[in-house]
Amino acid sequence: MADNPFADAKPGVFPAILGETHADESTRPFWEAAKQDRLVVPRCARCGTFRLPPEAFCFQCRHREVEWVELDGTGTVYSRIVVRHPLHPGLAPVVPYVSGVVELDGTQGAGARMLVNIIDCDPEAVAIGDRVEIVFDHINEEMSVPRFRPVERAIGPKSTAEEGT
Amino acid sequence: MTIKDKAAVVGIGRTPYWKRGQSYPETETSMACTAILGALDDAGLAVADLDGFALYANSCDPAAVGAILGVPEVRFAASITSGGGGCAGALGLAAAAIHSGMASCCVTLMSLQQLHHRVGGTAVGGMLAYAMMGEGGGSAYGGDALPPSAAFTANNGLLAPGHSFAMIAARHMHLYGTRREAFAEVCISQRNNAMPRPMSLRREPLSLDDYFGARMISDPLCLFDYTMESDGAVAVVTVSAERAKDLKHPPAYIMGSAHGGSGRWGPGVFRYFQAPDEEFASSGHRPVANRMYEMAGVGPEDVDVALLYDHFSPLVVLQLEDYGFCPVGDGGPFVEDGNIRFETGSIPVNTHGGNLSDAYIIGMTHIVEAVEQLRGTAVNQVDGAEIALVTGGPASLPVSGTLLRR
Repeated sequence: MADNPFADAKPGVFPAILGETHADESTRPFWEAAKQDRLVVPRCARCGTFRLPPEAFCFQCRHREVEWVELDGTGTVYSRIVVRHPLHPGLAPVVPYVSGVVELDGTQGAGARMLVNIIDCDPEAVAIGDRVEIVFDHINEEMSVPRFRPVERAIGPKSTAEEGT
Repeated sequence: MTIKDKAAVVGIGRTPYWKRGQSYPETETSMACTAILGALDDAGLAVADLDGFALYANSCDPAAVGAILGVPEVRFAASITSGGGGCAGALGLAAAAIHSGMASCCVTLMSLQQLHHRVGGTAVGGMLAYAMMGEGGGSAYGGDALPPSAAFTANNGLLAPGHSFAMIAARHMHLYGTRREAFAEVCISQRNNAMPRPMSLRREPLSLDDYFGARMISDPLCLFDYTMESDGAVAVVTVSAERAKDLKHPPAYIMGSAHGGSGRWGPGVFRYFQAPDEEFASSGHRPVANRMYEMAGVGPEDVDVALLYDHFSPLVVLQLEDYGFCPVGDGGPFVEDGNIRFETGSIPVNTHGGNLSDAYIIGMTHIVEAVEQLRGTAVNQVDGAEIALVTGGPASLPVSGTLLRR
């Protein structure tokens, strides 16, 4: 547990209440890449199904081996809520904040969704279907918390963004 | 071979209901014993008859209760896994125990005193505990170290069930245009049902203005969409259909019962959110509903009253779809059109007020209401009620559904 996760609380940014990754071989590549602001996700070495959180077996083909694939860290808001009531006194300066489920570009969606805090946004304006991109918050030497923020409108819709890369 | 019509609920017992923490100096065990004795007495049975505990969420410790009440011999002591999702299914567990000959008289119960703990909670430790819910191997013998997957869900801001269920509701609103007016109708119709009931905890009138004037807790859910937290105990007694005929009240036969869900629903609504697209904006009950109806040999059109688990109002709307009372996606308009109202609706829902307005004893009050409806003794009696549906969950797998008949 982080020492005092609320000491530096900012509006809209849910503080890291867990400061350790508790990583093992199945998750360490994710957290090592996160330190370098990169998103890598395990993909089944046999059938190609992505899985998050990383688990020991592929839920499609039961294979265990994975290959770690770097994604561009963009995705689409699949669902989202606006938390308005601070469940802990330390969260009073944080609310309202947005938590959401994000489907990652380059994955099959379900089974590799990320459940994240969405920041740098007007909480009222975040909608399902919005385009977002990952941003890592380097809490300490071990933990880099993945969050998402809206993709600037100027970048345009998904198809345009993909063509541009 | 199924358990269809092989067993019946014959006794119901309960303590008073209290607001959270106010049942002190009672304890969860003392309240459990009170409810069990009440249910046995209601059936015309005695402790000497009791030999089985068919539980959910490990809702009491048969070791303690068996010793305190002096149960001569415990022959069956089992619980459906996970939480409140198993409450309706525990009746199926009782029927299975009885039909297989492992026990002859089973009690199913919940006893709840939220003095020292609550689901979620306000301490950082409690917040972490919620984020971890459903993690790990689930064995009491394992270590308590956090599993590697924990770091993927701990820092996302979801701290309590209301946050998680709001995520499901938001997706349903997005896909189908479901409106907050539908959630309001669930809250208001159930409040209307609780108002004439002396035992219900929330009996003051609730208007649409009250609803829309309430503060938002986790948008799209407002204060009234949340169940209250309560203390109390409720128990029911199940015996074989044959034995049930000779007892004090008309039996409520267990026509069909199922629990479970699709594997990828998994820890589902609490922190997981990896359910397939077609299932995400649902209550997770669809496979359970299908199996339950198949066992009972009836369909939703045969159900006279539905007691649907309602920890959060939107999940009533989603269960109406998954149990076939309306097409998937139509739950909002179906509710807004008045279909769940007592006396005027096509399928009266939670005629006792439900978790939202009667008391939140993790679904047991729904079973009691079903039995009273079939006995013809409910405060808000549905005329000629012959078949009642009771559900548990949405929650982590398993969720459950049971059909009782007169």
